[in-house]
Amino acid sequence: MPLRIYGHLVAAKTRADFQYRTSFFLYLASQTLISFADMVVVLILFTQVSSIASWSRSQVLFLYALSGIGFGLADLFISQVGLVSRHIKAGTFDQFLLRPLGALWQLSALEFAPRRAGRAVQPVIVLAVILPALDVQWTPVKVALVPITVVCGAVIFGAVWVTASSLAFYLVNSQELANSFTYGGSFLTQYPIDILGPWLRRFFTFAVPLAFVCYFPAAYIVDQPLPESIPSWFSFAAPVIALASVVVARALWRLGIRHYRSTGS
Amino acid sequence: MRPYWEVARRTFHKMTTYRGATFAGAFTNTVFGLLSAYILLAVYAQRPSINGYDAVDAVTFTFVVQGLLMVVSVFGDTEIADRIKSGDVVIDLYRPIDYQGYWLAERYGKAAFYAIFRGIPPLIVGALVFDLRFPTSVSTWLAFLLSTALAVAVGFGWGFLLQLTAFWILDVRGPNQLGWVIAQFLAGMFIPLFLFPAWLMAIARALPFASILQLPAETFLGKHEGADLVGVLAIQAVWAIVLIGAGRLVLARAVRRVVVQGG
Amino acid sequence: MTANDRDPAIELRDVSKTFRVAHKKGRVRRGLREVVAVDDISLAIERGSIVGYIGPNGAGKSTTIKMLTGILVPSSGQVRVDRLDPSRARLEVTRRIGVVFGQRSQLWWDLPLRDSFSLLRHVYRVPGPRHQENLDRFVELLDMAEFVDVPVRQLSLGQRMRGELAAAILHDPTILFLDEPTIGLDVVSKEAVRRFLIELNRERHTTVLLTTHDLADVERLCERLIIIDHGTVIEDGTVADIKERYGTERTVVIDLDQPSVPLTVAGTEVVRIDGPRQWLRFRRADTTAAAVVAAVAEQADVRDLTVDEPEIDDIVRHIYQASR
Repeated sequence: MPLRIYGHLVAAKTRADFQYRTSFFLYLASQTLISFADMVVVLILFTQVSSIASWSRSQVLFLYALSGIGFGLADLFISQVGLVSRHIKAGTFDQFLLRPLGALWQLSALEFAPRRAGRAVQPVIVLAVILPALDVQWTPVKVALVPITVVCGAVIFGAVWVTASSLAFYLVNSQELANSFTYGGSFLTQYPIDILGPWLRRFFTFAVPLAFVCYFPAAYIVDQPLPESIPSWFSFAAPVIALASVVVARALWRLGIRHYRSTGS
Repeated sequence: MRPYWEVARRTFHKMTTYRGATFAGAFTNTVFGLLSAYILLAVYAQRPSINGYDAVDAVTFTFVVQGLLMVVSVFGDTEIADRIKSGDVVIDLYRPIDYQGYWLAERYGKAAFYAIFRGIPPLIVGALVFDLRFPTSVSTWLAFLLSTALAVAVGFGWGFLLQLTAFWILDVRGPNQLGWVIAQFLAGMFIPLFLFPAWLMAIARALPFASILQLPAETFLGKHEGADLVGVLAIQAVWAIVLIGAGRLVLARAVRRVVVQGG
Repeated sequence: MTANDRDPAIELRDVSKTFRVAHKKGRVRRGLREVVAVDDISLAIERGSIVGYIGPNGAGKSTTIKMLTGILVPSSGQVRVDRLDPSRARLEVTRRIGVVFGQRSQLWWDLPLRDSFSLLRHVYRVPGPRHQENLDRFVELLDMAEFVDVPVRQLSLGQRMRGELAAAILHDPTILFLDEPTIGLDVVSKEAVRRFLIELNRERHTTVLLTTHDLADVERLCERLIIIDHGTVIEDGTVADIKERYGTERTVVIDLDQPSVPLTVAGTEVVRIDGPRQWLRFRRADTTAAAVVAAVAEQADVRDLTVDEPEIDDIVRHIYQASR
């Protein structure tokens, strides 16, 4: 979808949402509060211990910030696809197939909720505060890796969201199932994935590649060892993984649409 | 009592038709339980016991809380608010059944359903993956059930108040979500209150939200016995009465306003 | 006129659509059952015509419309809409068609109509001047000036439906699909919608295919009527044709000078008496209205009389019943 059309649609949705001003700001506040609460959890845990899986407080907060920004971006721009299940149930998904734009982009634009911007606010502040506080010998590679990680993280989260939402074309009540990978993923990626048992760790590395969202790259930046059996170049593989996730997500979404068009449900 | 029992029974029955959603929800609760458990275990790897709770307590707590989330409805509901917004509330108020009582009965019908179909699966999976601590005596199970029943009432009271904001603002989702995020945090959903620093724990325990998740989960772990247990149940009962009573007052005022102004 | 203009606007060739539906087998087990929603339909619709596509609930109307608009892909057969295959060239087809589902909205609930229109302009990439021209014309034709700046949620159903119509055609589609466009509307709004469709068709030669349960729509708008049931076409012709073929019974309503015993006229039957008024029904095969009137005049003093035309409603009900 051309960016200009997307912009127009998003602006209109923002105008519409703004009509319920009180609720809009309360919602925005609650979104900000959710990611704030995630940070408070990290801070509280570190009042009891000085490290988690050998990661220090600032290092975990660094993970929190990278994961939170990536997730916040995906939440703002892509999470709307999750509504596909509600549209299918209500019979309103047809409308998306009647317009000369891809259904995915229409959902993203037409269901755009500016209040979700609140999600990324807290992580951005934390990143700004924590970067100078990290005990890191900054090299050009490490500096470049920070923005790359944020972007790739957002893309991977977005791809997970699209993939999980594609389930809606086959299962009536799939939204919650999708949530365990998206919101669950947001929760998980705030911590060193090393803490998981071995098979769950493998699952989040190779099947649903959330470990690439921030854990692998951040481990390189803060000089934490990767778990055994994970090659060190995984720290730089996020762009490739992001691209592959997009290819898979796109294919599954299209498959879902094709299934919908042949079954009508 | 008969009509309320019927409402609860029918609600329970209605819930059984949403099989797919129930399965998906139980799966999600289980996944979050697993992730939280691993994080807590990483914390406990540094310290064997925190404020009298060991790693097994903490992991058990996590799965009990995941199982209780839907029972006590910590994500809120908008059904009442929707009926206020659409004006249907006027019809509801003319029914020969107490308005708040009707919705409380409905809530208990859902709670009973969720207790079985969303409460038990995470506990089973949790017990398969980790070492959990189940109550060893019948009296602890009974205390847990009673505590949970009271928690449902407290959660209902809070949610009812939040939904009544629909009388004043058009879109209730904002206040609803804000109110519940605060409640979730202070109820021990994100992390157990026993991991909070002392001052924050004191604040959380003084508020009604601990009665929604933390207290029933502690009862499950058998942390309260004898007079202490009675005290815990009494606190929950008091909060239930206070919140539900506040809901009645606010409802009465709002209704008077609607009647006077004609909607 | 070019050769292309003589191609039908819409063409279905041996089109079928089968669904697999889950059904209960006992308390827990569920099985799959094949349901044929559309069963080997072939038809062509000329450019610039207004065609009524009717049938009882579950006859396959919506499924057909969904295949024509690219929402559903047929199980077999060929669909052509403006010479394109909607199952392959869906995005291209969406630019050439307009769709209104009477029970759904494509307007932005919280925005004024005007804003919805301008958003759709971006979605369909309609050039600014052309958009303005269309907008002005439709606001005038649909009498929307009063409410075009009011948020959609505050509009009456009739106003909203007029908005939906305008929204569906702002991008100059050559074919318009309407699924129950007058459902739930009051008489005045229904008439406004019908007048507009006639005007649109006259002015722009837009082909219109509409499904409806309100046969007044059909009488008012459609030269051609296609009736389907059980997924197959059971009747296809002009409204007059169908009336001619199925309207085998007529009723003569006679006002006598004073109440009388039931009249006895060969080939007729008195179906109702109300004071001095009597209803005589006859089959056109048996006698004619003129013969009936003459026979009555011999028996009694007639003050007034009318011949009831067969109502399209009755005919269609008759056809549905016959196909059940």
